[in-house]
Amino acid sequence: MKSNKKKEAKKTRRFFSVFGIPYAVFLILFIIIPILIIVYYAFTENGQFSISAAASFFTSWAKWKVLLISMFVALQTTIICLLIGYPLAYFLANKKFNKNTVLVTLFIAPMWINFVLRTGATRDLLTWIGVKGGRMPYFATLVGMVYNYLPFVILPLYSTMLKLDKSLMEAASDLGANPFQVFIKALAPQTIPGIVSATLMTFMPTMSSYVISDVLSENMITLFGNYINTEFGLGSWNTASFMAMIMLLIVGISLFINLKFNKDKEGGRTQLW
Amino acid sequence: MEKENCIISLQGVSKIFDGQTVVDNISLDITKGEFVTILGPSGCGKTMTLRMIAGFEIPSEGKILLNGEDITKIPPYKRPINTVFQRYALFPYLDVYDNVAFGLKLKKIPVPQVDKKGNPILDKNGEQVIKMKHLSPKDIDQKVARALRIVDLEELEDRDISTLSGGQQQRVAIARAIVNEPEILLLDEPLGALDLKMRKEMQLELKDMHKKLGITFIYVTHDQEEALTMSDTIVVMKGGNIEQVGSPMDIYNEPRNAYVANFIGESNIYGGTMTAKLKVRFLNHVFDCVDDFPVNEKVDVVVRPEDVILTKIEGKKDQKDICQGVITEKIFKGVHFEYLVEVGKSEITVQDTRNREIGDIVKIDIEPDNIHIMKVDLTVNTFLDAWIDKENRVRISEQPFDVDVTQLLPNSTLDEEGYLIAANGKKYDLNDADVIAEVGLSNIEIIDGYDNGQCNGVIVSIIYKGDHYQIMVRTDEEEEFVVDTMYSWNENDLVSISIKPEDIKLTIKGDIAKYEVQ
Repeated sequence: MKSNKKKEAKKTRRFFSVFGIPYAVFLILFIIIPILIIVYYAFTENGQFSISAAASFFTSWAKWKVLLISMFVALQTTIICLLIGYPLAYFLANKKFNKNTVLVTLFIAPMWINFVLRTGATRDLLTWIGVKGGRMPYFATLVGMVYNYLPFVILPLYSTMLKLDKSLMEAASDLGANPFQVFIKALAPQTIPGIVSATLMTFMPTMSSYVISDVLSENMITLFGNYINTEFGLGSWNTASFMAMIMLLIVGISLFINLKFNKDKEGGRTQLW
Repeated sequence: MEKENCIISLQGVSKIFDGQTVVDNISLDITKGEFVTILGPSGCGKTMTLRMIAGFEIPSEGKILLNGEDITKIPPYKRPINTVFQRYALFPYLDVYDNVAFGLKLKKIPVPQVDKKGNPILDKNGEQVIKMKHLSPKDIDQKVARALRIVDLEELEDRDISTLSGGQQQRVAIARAIVNEPEILLLDEPLGALDLKMRKEMQLELKDMHKKLGITFIYVTHDQEEALTMSDTIVVMKGGNIEQVGSPMDIYNEPRNAYVANFIGESNIYGGTMTAKLKVRFLNHVFDCVDDFPVNEKVDVVVRPEDVILTKIEGKKDQKDICQGVITEKIFKGVHFEYLVEVGKSEITVQDTRNREIGDIVKIDIEPDNIHIMKVDLTVNTFLDAWIDKENRVRISEQPFDVDVTQLLPNSTLDEEGYLIAANGKKYDLNDADVIAEVGLSNIEIIDGYDNGQCNGVIVSIIYKGDHYQIMVRTDEEEEFVVDTMYSWNENDLVSISIKPEDIKLTIKGDIAKYEVQ
């Protein structure tokens, strides 16, 4: 009887594992193989093993500069998004100020509009109010980035703020914390998971995005993404692949940091990553 | 005005929350160093009262004085009051030490400034310069260690909150509050989440702590046993009002009304009548008593189950001068048995250490001073703000009830148009006439479910009075109907009520002449 049951269980497992095959195929075809191809190109030249791509990256100040600028833009975008999104999410999640979810939906609605379309519209809008990409490319890019990624900051912060334990804030106040100290010591620590997700959801895509800077700065600002794109366009696949790999590494590292941050927090349902 | 050593004083405090009166004009003085328990069922306003003392809520009306100073609008962080929260509200991202040290790290104390030689630094006016400074890490260490010692958690300083048991978290919450040396410690049902044994232990420990610390404790609970065990003073609350304030002994032995008696300890409550001086009739028998009430007055009688003396008698005796009954239920409770004795139509719960059998016929004796007689709460529902609408119905809190309006004038009739015609031919238009409506307690019928009667409501309290239940139904419009009924209902049941037209007694406010149609 028992062994029968075991066999049965094994059979069902095998039966259900059939459903996994499409996912496995997808994984191999669209994720693993492309990554392997990137790594292959990054370390070969004309089919031979070579570190020339690596050498050209590490010795080129121009490439480093682009990487640093990209990181700087990403960092700036993230900080501005957080500064705008954090209080906004707080008020949206607070029943005292906002009793329905319509406002929340409105704030994250831009997420559902086609990205290229949206960026084009942003450019026209900015031009219309006098912020011409050609004249202030950096500012225009930043505005575009913040506008694009603000919903990604609001959403995770909003969902953490919904679950705020108000009694902790009361406890802090009871123990002698003034409103500012209550914020620092009782509210902010509770929202760390939200801040981390929001940061990653802004920082990583801004690092690699190039459409926004292309469109809004009228090609006057080159970010890392633009650079990789140009290199591919020029046919230097090895250099481009190596740079893509560097990008992948940076993204991987930031994901790893996120994991570290959230390790001892139970639940973790607020995380979008 | 206030008592000499009164530390906190609530003066006519009300709180209206979301349009509902949660706390209704309460006044309370609390003596320094007392252990005060605010006792009441959920929703009676006890937690709101505590939150107003803590400063989380600002009273809609009234004042709160701390040592004679008005603190009504002072924010919580400026009050020398600390709270132990119901769900502890410990900071999960801090360890035990940092949780306890939280308040200390924020605290600033005045430090007189001295120069390197130890001479006081003086300002222009020749007064010593005093700077507000944070406590030194050493001081904090000492204070935290002391607080943790008081709650028996010395070894757990470095532990994460999430690794502690409920009881340990409770202790951390207490340590976190007392470490700040508050003048008043507020405790909001702090033992609610613990199991029975832990709870009993903590009760004694809290009482001990209170003795050691010598500060005022204000404790909120719905558990009457907890209140009796720990308090110096108990404040019984109901529906936003204070029902009684007194020592545990007073409250238990001399409850002011049936509600308090019912809430504190087990009790038998009967409707009785004073038959002669110091004689009261209930359970179909006249008992001697020690409370002096006017003869023939309706009273409520409370008898504690442990005060009833049973004596077994052989065969049913038809003697009028003894009160006798039959045991119908028997439950073993460890220290004693609990019997239910049927006496005529009524029953009485009795606690007795002797083993008796179901079916035994017993004589019931109660010592005169164990019969507690209270002024009866209510014999009739009186609605002072009723009025007549144009269909000649009476509106009690806007709900229409059919009624016979001709009772307002003797020998009057109604004509086709709904005017009241007096015997002498005078015509009255009663639309909008203000009246007082009275309905007897037993004339109201409770019907299960909404919309089956004239008015909807929810059952807010049930008191068993020996042979019937006294039920309070609160309508959607916040009017309360008290009903005597044979049938058992549950608290929070949604019901409708119905009153027969002839059972509503109306009295016109003022002179009926002003409604006369010329």
